[in-house]
Amino acid sequence: MVKQKLVVIGNGMAPGKALETLIELAPEAYDITIFNAEPRVNYNRIMLSPVLSGESTFEDIIIHGDGWYIENGITLYKGHKVTDIDRDAKTVTSEAGVTVGYDKLLIATGSTPFIIPIPGHKLAGVLAYRDLDDVDAMLIAARSGGKAVVIGGGLLGLEAAAGLQMQGMDVTVLHLMPTLMERQLDESAGYLLEKTLTERGLKILTKANTKEILGEKKVTGVRLEDGTELEADIVIMAVGIRPSKNLAEQCGIKTGRGILVNDKMQTNDPDIYAVGECIEFEENCYGLVAPLYDQAKIVGKTLAAKDTDGFVHPETATKLKVTGVNLYSAGDFSGGEDREDIVLRDATQGIYKRLVLKDNTIIGVVLYGDTEDGPWFFQHIKDKTDISEMRETLIFGPAYQGGAPVDPLQAVAALPDDTEICGCNGVSKCDIINAIDEKSLSNLDDVRAHTKASASCGTCTGLVEKLLALTLGDDFKPDAIKPVCGCTDKGHDEVRRRIVAQELKSIPAVFQELEWSTSGGCAKCRPAINYYLICAWPDEYEDDGFSRFINERIHANIQKDGTYSVVPRVWGGMTSSKELRAIADVVDKFDIPAVKYTGGQRIDMLGVKKEDLPGVWADLNSAGMVSGHAYAKGLRTVKTCVGTDWCRFGTQDSTGLGIKLEKFLWGAWAPHKLKLAVSGCPRNCAEATCKDIGIVCVDSGYEIHAFGAAGLHIKGTDVLGIVPTEEAVIEHVGALVQMYREQGHYLDRMYKWKDKVGFDYIVETIMGDAKARKVYYDRFVYSQKFFQIDPWAERVAGKEAHHFNPIEIVQPKAGILEPAE
Amino acid sequence: MSVKSENWLDLCEVSEIPSQGSRIVKTPTGCLALFKTAEGEVFALNDKCPHKQGPLSQGIVHDKFVTCPLHAWVFSLETGEAQGADEGRVATFPTRIVNGRVEISLTALIEGKAA
Repeated sequence: MVKQKLVVIGNGMAPGKALETLIELAPEAYDITIFNAEPRVNYNRIMLSPVLSGESTFEDIIIHGDGWYIENGITLYKGHKVTDIDRDAKTVTSEAGVTVGYDKLLIATGSTPFIIPIPGHKLAGVLAYRDLDDVDAMLIAARSGGKAVVIGGGLLGLEAAAGLQMQGMDVTVLHLMPTLMERQLDESAGYLLEKTLTERGLKILTKANTKEILGEKKVTGVRLEDGTELEADIVIMAVGIRPSKNLAEQCGIKTGRGILVNDKMQTNDPDIYAVGECIEFEENCYGLVAPLYDQAKIVGKTLAAKDTDGFVHPETATKLKVTGVNLYSAGDFSGGEDREDIVLRDATQGIYKRLVLKDNTIIGVVLYGDTEDGPWFFQHIKDKTDISEMRETLIFGPAYQGGAPVDPLQAVAALPDDTEICGCNGVSKCDIINAIDEKSLSNLDDVRAHTKASASCGTCTGLVEKLLALTLGDDFKPDAIKPVCGCTDKGHDEVRRRIVAQELKSIPAVFQELEWSTSGGCAKCRPAINYYLICAWPDEYEDDGFSRFINERIHANIQKDGTYSVVPRVWGGMTSSKELRAIADVVDKFDIPAVKYTGGQRIDMLGVKKEDLPGVWADLNSAGMVSGHAYAKGLRTVKTCVGTDWCRFGTQDSTGLGIKLEKFLWGAWAPHKLKLAVSGCPRNCAEATCKDIGIVCVDSGYEIHAFGAAGLHIKGTDVLGIVPTEEAVIEHVGALVQMYREQGHYLDRMYKWKDKVGFDYIVETIMGDAKARKVYYDRFVYSQKFFQIDPWAERVAGKEAHHFNPIEIVQPKAGILEPAE
Repeated sequence: MSVKSENWLDLCEVSEIPSQGSRIVKTPTGCLALFKTAEGEVFALNDKCPHKQGPLSQGIVHDKFVTCPLHAWVFSLETGEAQGADEGRVATFPTRIVNGRVEISLTALIEGKAA
């Protein structure tokens, strides 16, 4: 069969879903080409709010990465806006001049934000809230703080306002109507929402009609109809969207408010389909994701030549994606003579629930504060269930049907199989349960990966977890703390806490008291516990070498061929002819094949045989050199620049301070490696701002930086503060290192520890609390008494000699052990 | 080292192998790893991981398993089978302890081929 050509205009969530459906059903049917006006892959647009608020990153919300397009043989033109459709020649042409022919065309141009054409709407700083470019622009504006005005108190406007506020801006929301989100909420819920948001620091003006946006070139403020003026550095317009129908209209496809389609999403040209926010169906336009996904599945099936039910205008439910605000609404809740209300209020808990009934069925629901029962009510709206039997307890939700209060799990168990659990992705209860059974899923992430349930806005996470608990029984551990390894269900923090609290001083004691499921642990937990014990009991615990990775056991770095590399310490990067000569001699004597300068200002000798290590170390020791711990979860290097000794820009003796720090810190074991640097001036030649701890010298003293890294992840440092003297640097750094040593999870770099406990907490302790700092510092100094012993010298003197002396079998009987080949 | 019987070759005192550690045995045909568990059992395996030839003798010993130092594959000391999702097997050689000394099956050594 010759493949047909399918061209898709637009790369949002609806066409993404349509293609997923199509490719699953008929992977070979089409050559697919996508034109995307945005210069990127398909992402989850409803998750822009968490990106704006900083709770997610763009990477987190990608639906189809570049790999997906390659895997499925799809040509994706990123940043190509289609300017022309030629229906006679059956081609489309992009602004960049690319023309592609089609057999079938899918238009998914989405919608454009509605910009109120008031004076000043074209000023720089007036933004919509629609795509990642808008979010990026807002994030840049938010970086310098300042004031934001959001016009529109609907779903999008409030999400934008909350996000900007979380980014540190002073935000005012202007809403034309008397209560917020009046299309989705009744007045009571609108009031509660306004109250919650006001308490959280948003300013909200209702009945506010914006007259003019003020400013010369750039926005400076807005003026309302009543004359009120508000200052603003940015203005966000979030008053609604309009279907983008122009392209279709230009080529003669029938349009109304949007592109007109039938229930198979076909336009009046049978080879042209349209899907998503750009369409109009039976006088309805759509902006929420659930109906768009329904449409997308229909298009996908139709293109795959599979039978499908036609699209039916659905009831939709609404949620607000603002952290800490729970609201849910669905159906019709305007008052009327034939309608009755059931209302439940709990003022202290901030809970409001309202059901609108008509002819013994639920036709509308508004929930505020506690939204867990939303999908259950919504199902009854869709099913038109006769509720007269349970009317008295209906408002209490499924848990109370049938008498006594029951376990919330039972309530979920009682939901009908086709209840929609995840409204964003249209996933029903039975979809989830089947996936859990058939694919043996055991946790939330697995369910998200296989069904997409709770993978979008995440408000149904609790329901999905309950389904997991129902299906798996005791095997499911909800929001379990990540265990140290498969040998235990305890997390790192609990293990550390109990080692100290119960005075556990050996690995077997930890295994016993914390009920390890294996007798001897594994290669993940043993090194972690060995470190935690070293850190907790520096004077008592005897290091267990056999619970260390080979590098730390042998004090050299294993290479891929089983040989080792040796890196002596070069204090602060300063060396001498004597040291260099000794290194050269060692290289010659032991026939070491490779010698390399490292990124940490020292010298690496690579390809040393294990048996030669003690000899190599003995020679280096006799020239005054010690182990550089290049293998250690502990202090590696302190990189320096030449500072005031030589540099015409240097403000302090960075080299001298670097050496002092290295002499102070070496030998200390830590959760992960520790790299430091000291730069003599803000030109930062020692690259101190991507180190675990960096010192940047300035005229007035020493800036202490921390939490950088330049490995798997690149992290710039955060500044903790400035201290005046070298002594103060050493005390602060010692305390910081000890705090990390005592709190960090094994194998977490310093920045990961910071992400877990919070930057502010660390700064307050180290910079703001002199007493706490001194206590950490003293504990570090005490611990160092036991660990500043050169491990090479110990082994040269004969410690653990068995490592370096293999047992040799010589020919026991002539010919018995001939090589087999 | 001397041959004590037809089939068994004497290697070392049990105490010369560190607990939860190993010794390397160099043979004319390659290296063996001689492991001792926390319970004092001794196992001999080819010292080459089938994945990327990592020296298993340098790994961490836990229960009756060893984790390769290069890429953390885990092998059973009893069967030599890779554990979990990884697939592969390392040759094992029978050992026994006689009067506190470790002996290895010479027959198996001759038949098999160490690393």
